[in-house]
Amino acid sequence: MGTLYEDLVDYGGEVFGKEHIETLRDCVQCGKCTGGCPSGRNTAFRTRKLMQMALVDLREEIFNAPELWFCSTCYTCYERCPKGVKVTDIIRTIRNLAAKEGHMSVPHRMIGVYVLKTGHAVPIGPDQMKLREAVGLDSQPPTTQKYKEQLEQVQTIFRTTGYDAMIDFDWDEMNLSGMKKGGKK
Amino acid sequence: MTDETKEYAYFLGCITPNRYPGIEAATKKILKEFGIGTKEMVGASCCPAPGVFGSFDMHTWLPVAARNLTIAEELGLEIVVTCNGCYGSLQEADHLLKEHPKLREKTNAILGKFGREFKGTTKVNHSIVVLHDVIGLERLKEKITKPMDDVNVAVHYGCHFLKPREVRGHGSSEQPYILEDLMQATGAKTPEYKDKLMCCGAGGGNRTADSVQSLEWMRQKLVSAIEAGCDCMVHPCAFCHLQLDRGQTEMEQAYGVFFNFPILFATQFLGLAMGMSKEELGLDKQTTTMPEKLLK
Repeated sequence: MGTLYEDLVDYGGEVFGKEHIETLRDCVQCGKCTGGCPSGRNTAFRTRKLMQMALVDLREEIFNAPELWFCSTCYTCYERCPKGVKVTDIIRTIRNLAAKEGHMSVPHRMIGVYVLKTGHAVPIGPDQMKLREAVGLDSQPPTTQKYKEQLEQVQTIFRTTGYDAMIDFDWDEMNLSGMKKGGKK
Repeated sequence: MTDETKEYAYFLGCITPNRYPGIEAATKKILKEFGIGTKEMVGASCCPAPGVFGSFDMHTWLPVAARNLTIAEELGLEIVVTCNGCYGSLQEADHLLKEHPKLREKTNAILGKFGREFKGTTKVNHSIVVLHDVIGLERLKEKITKPMDDVNVAVHYGCHFLKPREVRGHGSSEQPYILEDLMQATGAKTPEYKDKLMCCGAGGGNRTADSVQSLEWMRQKLVSAIEAGCDCMVHPCAFCHLQLDRGQTEMEQAYGVFFNFPILFATQFLGLAMGMSKEELGLDKQTTTMPEKLLK
């Protein structure tokens, strides 16, 4: 484990290319990101502060800040940054590292459960099937929720990358482990 | 993209088929009106949600998105979507995998476990862009039988339709025009309003992380549209639809006020202007109701 900056460049760099994440170093703390942020207008989330915290290696402070999860990834800061800092992708990379270290809320982990069970973050139920019929569509769309062998491909991806372990997924219960005890990790 | 393209692989995602099938019905009907077919993508999954799965583990997000892309590649068709989340996820994945050979190799090693391979032979399109650029405004105008001359539409783009610009390629994210053009083709007006470019509040796991504060963004957006004299809000995103429509019920629970400000996906609004009924567009089975002005 290096500094947070080094880890961000290594981890995010694998997906976006290192130079994309290295733009973090170009931040001059002008605050244009915070100024246009719809979350900053309503919550304690401060984009400029987050960038600085990442640069000065305040790993635990960032990972433990609830505001880290109040970015809606709207990309306003990303487009407006006068220094070309790829802010939104840097925030997503910070979140990836935080999640790997166990900083992930139960509702967020549950989204993974729905996908592992149905292939969909928002699965269909009997009531919605009636809605489909009412507009002349087949009651169930031809997706992973309908075809088990297709769903198994998605499950294979989650097993391969370790997403199931990251959210503490119990394959026998098809739910988060310990959910019966109140869902706390 | 050529004018001869007569069929797209329709990537449904989650919310369009599983919560608001009226969006799916409206889009299929309108494309069909113009001779464009939509082929089902059998075995498609969640895109998966870019701000959510991209936030938790991009190394899982990418192969799941790539798997969806391979379904369209096998059909030999370009993709069309009705959700900005799906657009964001699939287009970004397609872009990254075409740009970075090492990443493609790593992703294909996973997809190879069940006999799939990303080849880079499809393209991800938004249905609204197909309407604007492929069908075109002139052909669209010919089909308008119920002009919306007296209707003020609050245009809402959502975020991932326009941004990041370097991937989307629709020009300025501060001065967008595609939805305005489409709405004006029906005769409707598109007044500027204070929070026009603001996010609906749902993305990035924000709705899941703290639904009440996420509703507060939406409340501010709706108030600013109402203050500008708008009659309804029209958008290109199934996820925004969930937040803006169903969110108004949740807002009533949180604040005790029910706005009932009508929310329509762009093809639903166009469907009304083309003489389709609210029932066939699924607009009779959502939270917000349609005023007479839109139904004539």
